[in-house]
Amino acid sequence: MLGVQQRRAGRAGVDRAVVRVAEKTPVADGVVTLTLAAPDGGRLPDWTPGAHVDLTLDNGLTRQYSLCGDRWDARSYRVGVLLEPAGRGGSAYVHQQLEPGHVVGLGGPRNDFPLVPADSYLFVAGGIGITPVLPMVVQAELLRLDWRLLYGGRQRSSMAFLDELAAHGDRVQVRPQDEHGLLDLTGFLGEPRPGTRVYGCGPAPLLTALEGACAGWPPRTLHTERFVAAERGAPVRTTPFEVELHRSGRTVTVAPGTSVLDAIAGAGVEVLSSCRQGTCGTCETTVLAGQPDHRDALLDDEERAAADCMYPCVSRSCSDRLVLDL
Amino acid sequence: MTRTTSPTAGLPVSDADPFGHEVLEDPLPLHEQLREAGPVTWLSRYDVHALARYEEVHAALVDWQQFQSAAGVSLSNFRTEEPWRPPSLLLEADPPRHDAPRRVLTSVLGPRALRQLRERWAADAEELVDQVLAEGTEFDAVPALSQAFPLRVFPDAVGLGPDGRENLLPYGDHAFNAFGPSNDLVARGAPRVAELSGWVGEQCRRESLAEGGFGAAIWAAADRGDLTPQQAPLVVRSLLTAGVDTTVHGISAVLYAFATNPAQWARLRADPSLARVAFDEAIRWESPVQTFFRTTTTAVRIGDTVVPEGHKILMFLAAANRDPRRWTDPDAFDLGRDPSGHVGFGMGLHQCVGQHVARLEAESVLTALARRVARIELAGPTRRHHNNTLRAWDSLPMAVQLA
Ligand code: HEM
Ligand code: FES
Repeated sequence: MLGVQQRRAGRAGVDRAVVRVAEKTPVADGVVTLTLAAPDGGRLPDWTPGAHVDLTLDNGLTRQYSLCGDRWDARSYRVGVLLEPAGRGGSAYVHQQLEPGHVVGLGGPRNDFPLVPADSYLFVAGGIGITPVLPMVVQAELLRLDWRLLYGGRQRSSMAFLDELAAHGDRVQVRPQDEHGLLDLTGFLGEPRPGTRVYGCGPAPLLTALEGACAGWPPRTLHTERFVAAERGAPVRTTPFEVELHRSGRTVTVAPGTSVLDAIAGAGVEVLSSCRQGTCGTCETTVLAGQPDHRDALLDDEERAAADCMYPCVSRSCSDRLVLDL
Repeated sequence: MTRTTSPTAGLPVSDADPFGHEVLEDPLPLHEQLREAGPVTWLSRYDVHALARYEEVHAALVDWQQFQSAAGVSLSNFRTEEPWRPPSLLLEADPPRHDAPRRVLTSVLGPRALRQLRERWAADAEELVDQVLAEGTEFDAVPALSQAFPLRVFPDAVGLGPDGRENLLPYGDHAFNAFGPSNDLVARGAPRVAELSGWVGEQCRRESLAEGGFGAAIWAAADRGDLTPQQAPLVVRSLLTAGVDTTVHGISAVLYAFATNPAQWARLRADPSLARVAFDEAIRWESPVQTFFRTTTTAVRIGDTVVPEGHKILMFLAAANRDPRRWTDPDAFDLGRDPSGHVGFGMGLHQCVGQHVARLEAESVLTALARRVARIELAGPTRRHHNNTLRAWDSLPMAVQLA
């Protein structure tokens, strides 16, 4: 419903780069889900199945989590987080320290694992790799397409979302390893057929096995996302940084909670913007020096690594200083 | 039967015809009337609810969940009426069907993809401006610049062949008329619909599209499996429908704005980097795309009114772009203003995917013109072009003083 709580685009001062933890729920052994909301309760940026967000935690770590909620609910995101004792502390932080009411930094959503059109889908998920697949299953249902899911995990109690998946009956095969052994990929995939797309997400050995099992299928059948707790480069900074505007010869300090766009405007340099969510591309700005902290939904990993442009409506800086062609 | 009393007690009613010639000639009085009547008004003539304030228009644009596009962004409701052509896979689609075509076009028409066109278009604009000025310092800016430049660069960028390009403007004009009621404007376009649609359909085939263009890039996406081969031609069609008339009228809008605001032209000449802001300010000020419809997917509360499910909502982008609640001195064309956040390109999921193309075209023309021309003014009576969706000019006689 429309109402007073509706946020306006183009308004300075609203920090769009954070979300508030609204709920934290244990859903399986070692797995919690987080429900995230905008601090003012407004709409969050739109997303598509397969998308992930970058969450910047208080301890300075940035972690990527697939969105596994309902995109028809514009005011909340859901992510699932597996406790990984061998990890570098992101999941432990989420499990042990993060509580409802806490605010975390947000990047994206971005989608490197989009659902391409197909006549039918075969989904294979291992462990927490189920998260991006959940909205894909919903999508396949909406399109009334033929689909099946093979879902593996160590044991039943560690496998999240079994209750939600139960609604789909036979389409979903739940195969805990302690009951069934390794997943029978070839049996599940069956004979190669054109028009089918196979989506796999889970631990590396599973995806390698899936690549082998799809060898006889038409090219571009298989789409995978490596579900490693992706470690990002430099930790995100929580301290101010400087932005030098090369052409106008001015330098501004950007404080946490202020967007680069607003800081630049404060210095009297106008950059055209529109969505203020890192989705439309209007505010694209050339970076001459420094390492941007990309929070947009537009650049892929390669383009990010090039570090030659940024979207200052949402993106920030990893380095002490950014030099922009403004 | 059309109702004459409001469906909800207290809801403001208007019997104005937003698609009648009087309003199309000058829509500003109706826009103000609707904005001031309340957050939502019922248009008795068409039984639709109209939004004219920035806040409500913006909210409806971004809320694709409650305001859908797949039932048509036209007065016609595709749930009950047959569309005049197969619906657009972008403009007239909702998630999830909207996702794949949108993803492909976002990358094909994104700012990074356009970098390779920047220099060529700048040179093309200089060449065109030199040609026009060589013939004299008085000209009709609509054919000489507004139409000539997009028609020179855009069909090449898409990869169209040389023949039949004169079909693009009439096809687009009809498509934008068809979003409105089936009035005299639609009837006027009807006799050529089959012929023009046939030509456009031909151009969308893989074989018709030159290598290196947007069209070929869309087909390459189909080869990668990001689209189906059935989707590809319709995605190409969306460029041919939405990408020509819009930029023509956008360029006219900014030229008219400068011709009637000489101080702003002086400002642009002093700082040519204002060309981008100038174009977006003109899009805000004139709103070449005036209106689009949505259809409610549920009962939606707007202000004190609950609009039932399945109803058509008419969003006045143009009225929102001059809402004094959002903009200071909204009727002024002012390069000192930050026009960011205007809804002239829409907002949200369906926001114009060609906006970077439009900006690059306009920036090229303005930069070339600012280099050669010290003053621009109107040199005779101007003539509007009426269209159910577009705010357009047929004729803009101008006189320029060379720098
Ligand atoms: C000044 C020029 C232009 C204006 C004012 C304009 C305006 C708009 C608006 C208002 C929308 C949103 C429609 C809605 O929300 O229902 C839109 C969508 C769209 N525009 Fe543009 N446009 C322009 C130029 C272009 C160009 C050059 C192209 C192609 C290269 C283009 C292609 C599209 C397409 C394909 C959509 C549908 C996007 C979707 O539904 O996801 N437009 N445009
Ligand atoms: S304003 Fe849209 S990407 Fe920055």
